[in-house]
Amino acid sequence: MEWIRKDLLGLEDLSKEEIELILTTAESFKEISTRDIKKVPALRGKTVVNLFYEPSTRTRVSFEVAAKRLSADVINIATETSSVRKGETLIDTGRNIQALRADIIVVRHNCSGAAAMLARHVDISVVNAGDGWHEHPTQALLDIFTLKEKLGRIEGLNVSIVGDIAHSRVARSNIWGLTKLGAKVIVCAPKILIPPEIEKMGVSVTHDIEEALKSADAVNVLRMQFERDIDAAFPRQMGYFKNFSITAERLNKAKKDIIVMHPGPINRGMEMSSEVADGPWSVILEQVTNGIAVRMAVLFLVSQGHDNKNEPTD
Amino acid sequence: MYPKATIIKMSLLIKKGRVVDPANNLDEVADILVENGRVSRVAKNISVSTGKIIDATDKIIMPGIVDMHVHLREPGREDKETIASGTKASLKGGITSVLAMSNTQPPIDCAENVKFVKGIIKQTAQANVVICGAITKGRLGKELTDIAKLKKEWVLAISDDGSSVDDDELMLKALKIAKQEGLLVICHSEDKSLSLNGVVNLGLTSTRLGLRGISKESEYKRVKRDIELAEKAKCPLHIAHVSCGESVELIASAKKKGIKVTAETAPHYFALDEEAVLGYDTNMKMNPPLRSKDDVKAIKAGLKNGAIDAIASDHAPHTENEKDIEFERAEFGIIGLETILAVSITELLSTGFLDWVGLVKKLSLNPAKILGIDKGTLTAGSDADLIIVSADKEWRAEKQGFLSKSKNSAFLGRTLKGIVEYTILGGEIVYKA
Repeated sequence: MEWIRKDLLGLEDLSKEEIELILTTAESFKEISTRDIKKVPALRGKTVVNLFYEPSTRTRVSFEVAAKRLSADVINIATETSSVRKGETLIDTGRNIQALRADIIVVRHNCSGAAAMLARHVDISVVNAGDGWHEHPTQALLDIFTLKEKLGRIEGLNVSIVGDIAHSRVARSNIWGLTKLGAKVIVCAPKILIPPEIEKMGVSVTHDIEEALKSADAVNVLRMQFERDIDAAFPRQMGYFKNFSITAERLNKAKKDIIVMHPGPINRGMEMSSEVADGPWSVILEQVTNGIAVRMAVLFLVSQGHDNKNEPTD
Repeated sequence: MYPKATIIKMSLLIKKGRVVDPANNLDEVADILVENGRVSRVAKNISVSTGKIIDATDKIIMPGIVDMHVHLREPGREDKETIASGTKASLKGGITSVLAMSNTQPPIDCAENVKFVKGIIKQTAQANVVICGAITKGRLGKELTDIAKLKKEWVLAISDDGSSVDDDELMLKALKIAKQEGLLVICHSEDKSLSLNGVVNLGLTSTRLGLRGISKESEYKRVKRDIELAEKAKCPLHIAHVSCGESVELIASAKKKGIKVTAETAPHYFALDEEAVLGYDTNMKMNPPLRSKDDVKAIKAGLKNGAIDAIASDHAPHTENEKDIEFERAEFGIIGLETILAVSITELLSTGFLDWVGLVKKLSLNPAKILGIDKGTLTAGSDADLIIVSADKEWRAEKQGFLSKSKNSAFLGRTLKGIVEYTILGGEIVYKA
């Protein structure tokens, strides 16, 4: 199939075939990072702008490395040091970046829907690197890529997502991606961290960690987002560790080859023990490696996208 | 019931329109004679020797719409709307009387501010404007305004619209004073301790979009409280912008019990549901939020069975700078003056939910009755505030077509049915399509 989208805003919008195309493209790009000279000219002469309104090291660096391995020029804009601090709106910033003749904006923003809004107002490509609680498509894609690499398939897998589902863009993107590819998804969290009617997104809900691990082929463990503004008076550390933390003891009762994933950074001793993070179940560092290949694929594909005829809504 | 035709001198004769006047249970083709700013007669085959004649064949003639929920923004936010621009837009929308809400800057919370606004109305308003005062000073919910003094300045109702008075005792006291003064109390029923910082309906939509939700509970629990307090105070109560099924039920059962409660909804609550928000279109962001499909059904049923008395626009103009931004940062509210009639025709009349008499009750007669103003009817002797409508004419809602200073309509791009051909105010043609 042919890729036509100029933007990657979320996995909810994508078809199964589009997701599979990203994954296959990523497979072919993965090898590049193992070469002595880790560079191909696929995006030579293109400019990628990382526009990050939230602090991020891991995702931004991953996008930067991905773009550089495709020979793109990369510019990082951290909003603390830009004119955003002088009150410039996201749309104005986007239009200015477009006026610089950049080709792709990779945007991270604390407001849900910000990437979609930006994409409506510029003709160049927009890649969502996380918007509020909404979606973080490249994270889910690298999670799925890693799962597929490890277990050979996605269809029919039981995947449990454990942690603060309500405030997690990683959870939402994983749910859309995994269910589209035929996996069975269970979300597990205390009631207060499960958003309403999430079952209608095609997942089962449990508040019992043992239940979530029982039949799981893989568990994706979300980070407790203490830095975020969460209104619920969530009983922070104590109760969580006891009831929902992934420990070796719990994993020993699960399927033998269960895989443990985490989008990072880990709060060791919080959502998972160090023993698990560093143990045989963990594929956390492979996720980081695969993130490069997946982001190379996404940057490459959107640069080929040509549905940039913005319908005049004004 | 109208006398048969005779020949007299006149100023305006509207011929052969389908006259819809629920006050007189009238829906038939007739002529309307307007003299000295008043409806002189409604009858078949009126002829006159002089004066202007409008041929209204195949058109609807109805009393001008009384929109009892309008934010005109003046004073304070003249960049969004002014009394002049808002009333000009009203006339295009078929609205001849509006109730101006109190949440201006400064709010209409004292006699001086009412006087000030009345001065602007006198100089610039193009339609009838009546004033809603605030319940509490600064609309802060802490201290009551001088309700008796507001009444003396001809405020027709009081409301802290945009906010609810959280303090039960204070609200009860306000209702008791309003009862003494014969003033209507209009409630924005929202418990902010439940709606928190929500921006869309709580449920699958808020979950999919990753946005904070506003529960229906935050609305209907406060509707329940407001009705209970009104019953205690024996004061007439009007519930603004009803959006969910539970509120409709509460209002219906209160009415059954004989409690003096009336209610309005806005066109967007029967024309749109929460799925309209899925693209993060900030023109779909309002408070209360667009609800579920079941709620839309319940609102329509409530309009049909009389639980909901009136349709009001809740016209809430905002500049593009305040709307074309991140969803959660954008202002709540949409403009509605110029679409209230067409959306109602498209969604309620064309679908057979209401007939013309039923619709004109909701738009003109009932709100006039609730406000206690002598409008909303074509009875001989009443003010000649009326509109002539091409009910089947289609048009596309577009930014450049709106007369309102703001363009934040939820219906942009939609094809709607129904165009106001003439608006007549006090016997004068004040708008012509």
